[in-house]
Amino acid sequence: MKARLQEIQTLAPAIKRLSLAPENGGEFPAASAGAHIIVEIPGPRRVWKNAYSLVSAPDERRRYEIIVRRVAHSRGGSAWLHDHAAPGQGVEIGMPVNLFPVAATAKKHLLLSAGIGLTPFLSYLPVLKAANAVFELHHCCRLSEVDAFRALLPAGEKIALHTSRNTLDLAALLNTQKLHTHLYVCGPEEFMDMAVASARKLGWPEAKIHRESFGGATGGAPFRVKLARSGLELQVKEDESLLEVLEAAGQSPPNLCRGGACGVCELPVLEGLPEHRDHFLSEQKRAANTAIMSCVSRSITPELVLDF
Amino acid sequence: MNISLKPAETFRGDFSTRNSDAAILRFPFPFPEDAYMYGVNIEPHLRGGPSAAYDAVFDIDEHYIGECQDRALTLIDDPARCQVLPHMAAAEWDTLELLMESLSTDYPDLFQLTKKGDAWRWVNHPLGIDQSFTFGNPETLPYPPFEYITRQVQGDFTLQDQRDNNLFMDGGMVTSQADWSLNFDLGMSFHEWHGPVPLAHELAVFDRALQYLLRLQLGKPVRRLNWTLTVNPRLDTSPENYPLWGPDKATVTPENVGAKMCLRVELQTLTRLGRSNAILFGIRGYLIRLEELVRVKKFAKRMHRVLRDLHPEIVDYKGMTRYRQTILDYLAPFDDGAVLSSGTAADQASL
Repeated sequence: MKARLQEIQTLAPAIKRLSLAPENGGEFPAASAGAHIIVEIPGPRRVWKNAYSLVSAPDERRRYEIIVRRVAHSRGGSAWLHDHAAPGQGVEIGMPVNLFPVAATAKKHLLLSAGIGLTPFLSYLPVLKAANAVFELHHCCRLSEVDAFRALLPAGEKIALHTSRNTLDLAALLNTQKLHTHLYVCGPEEFMDMAVASARKLGWPEAKIHRESFGGATGGAPFRVKLARSGLELQVKEDESLLEVLEAAGQSPPNLCRGGACGVCELPVLEGLPEHRDHFLSEQKRAANTAIMSCVSRSITPELVLDF
Repeated sequence: MNISLKPAETFRGDFSTRNSDAAILRFPFPFPEDAYMYGVNIEPHLRGGPSAAYDAVFDIDEHYIGECQDRALTLIDDPARCQVLPHMAAAEWDTLELLMESLSTDYPDLFQLTKKGDAWRWVNHPLGIDQSFTFGNPETLPYPPFEYITRQVQGDFTLQDQRDNNLFMDGGMVTSQADWSLNFDLGMSFHEWHGPVPLAHELAVFDRALQYLLRLQLGKPVRRLNWTLTVNPRLDTSPENYPLWGPDKATVTPENVGAKMCLRVELQTLTRLGRSNAILFGIRGYLIRLEELVRVKKFAKRMHRVLRDLHPEIVDYKGMTRYRQTILDYLAPFDDGAVLSSGTAADQASL
C-alpha cells in the first residue's frame, strides 16, 4: 500500500513515533491488536524492509502509527527513519499481518515487555479495555527512558514499569497466576527467551504462552537456479520466491495456492539441497530432496538444478 | 455490474425458482477435469475467472430476493441457525464492514454505504432497507451486526477464531447448508468439524489446508469450490429439517430426474478480518437443475463422466447412492465421448 508520512514525534533521544496515512486519502484496513506492518525504507543502495508493530488502535483506519527505536548498529532502516524521514514523504507499506494476536477466550492477560517491545501492547490496551478484560502489564526499561514510556501508557494499578531501581521478580509473578491466564512477551530475543523459559519451567502450557514474532517466513539467502531442460540460469534474490523468478523469466510453472499447501507447484530437483518451507511434502519426500515447492521453499546450497 | 433481480421465488414448497439463460451460462461449474478427487483446491480469490460468478468479491445474482426471503423463513422456525459466541464481537463488526463495503463497491445501483465517522447509513434497494446506525454500537441496529448483514447477503457464513494454532468455528449464519449443522459444529476445531469427510483425512488434506489458512493474509482472500447433489432446488437441506427433505430422495424417477435433481455448488471464500484477526468463511451456494445444466454441452458431458467414475465412498458421503444410476442414465445420451477442454468455462456464449 502507498502511504505518506504525517507526523514524526521524538519520544526519547533514540525513540520516535511516526504516523502514516493512505497516500491519496481514504482509509487503511482495520488491523487487529498485535499486528505489524512491513515498511519499505529507501536506502542509498537498496530498499530495507523492516517490520514494526502498529501502536494505533485497531479501529483507527485513517492512519497507522509505529514507534521506531534507532538501533545502535542499524543496517540502515531505523537510522533512515530517524535521520531522513520527514512529513509528506511517500513510503510503501505491506498489509498488516498479525502473528501476535490477543487470545480472545483468555480469562486474564499477563503482558510482559522490555524496551521497544512495549509497542504491540499499545494496540492491545484499547481492545482489552473495551472488552472489560482482566489484564496486567509489566514493562521493563532503562531508567533514562522511563518517562518516555510512562507517557505512552494510561495510569492505572494494572500497569507497572520496572527499571534497575525496581526490578521485576519474574518467577514470583509467573508463579502466582491462575491457570486461566495467558502470557504475552515482547522485547529483545534474550528477554523473551528468559521469560518463556521461566514460564515453561513453572509448568505453563504452550498454548498459553505467546511470543511476539514478525514471522520471517518470506525471503532468505539468495541462490542460483539452473533449469536443466532449457539451460536457463536464474538468480533468486533474498526477497523473491523461486516461483516469482521463474514467472519473471517468462516461464509458466504450474501453481495454485502460492502458500505451500496445494502441491501444484512441485518441481523435480536434480542437484542441490532445497530448504523446505511448505506444508505439502511428506517427511520422506523432504528427506529425499528430489522435489521443491517453488512458491515458498528456497535452497540450502548456493545452487539448485531443476528438471524443468 | 448489470443484473436483473427476479421478484420473489421459492426454494421450498412449489420450488418456483428457475435459472435464466444468463444464470446457466455463468454457473460456477466445479469440475476442471473429467475426474474428481479431494485435494487442496484453494486459489487466490481474484476478480475475474472462468465465469461471471467470480467478478465480485461477494457475488449477487438474480436469485437475491428469493434467497434472502428463504433465509428469513428458516430463521423464524429456528433462530439457532444464526449464532455467534460472545468473544467474536469484533469479528461481527468486521463482517458488517466488509460486506457493506464490498457490496456497495461492486453493486452501486443496488447498495449504498455512506459514512461520517461512526455514523453510517446503509441503503439496500432490492430489500427496501434504509438504515442509519452507529458503527460499533449494536443497540443502533435491529439485529446483532453479524446477523443484520448476513440476512441481506446470499450464501452462508461462518466465523473462525484463530488461537492455539487452530481455527474454531465460533459463529455463523447457516440456513442453506448441504446437510451440516452450525448448532452441532459451533465451537469445534478445524479437524473436528471436518470429521465426517471421508478419504481426505488420510490424504492429509486438512492438515495442509489448516496450515495454509492459519497464514491467510489480510487483503488476500482465497476461494475454493465444493459440490454435492440436492433433490429439488431447496436451500435448507439441514440435519434439523431432515424429515422435510430426506424423503425427497425416494421420489426421483427416470421421468423427473432432469427437473428434480440439482447440482449444488458452493463458491467458498476465506477472508482474514482486520479488527478481530478471525477468518470469515463464505459459502455461496448455487443450485441448477440437471435439465438446465445439460443445456451447456461441456457441463453435460463432464458431469456424466465425473459421476460415472466417482469414488464409491464419495458417492456415499454425498448421499447419492440411491439415485446415481438414474442420473447416469439421464446424462449418458448427452455424452458423445468427445475430448473436453480443461478448466470450468462453459465454452459457449449462448444456449
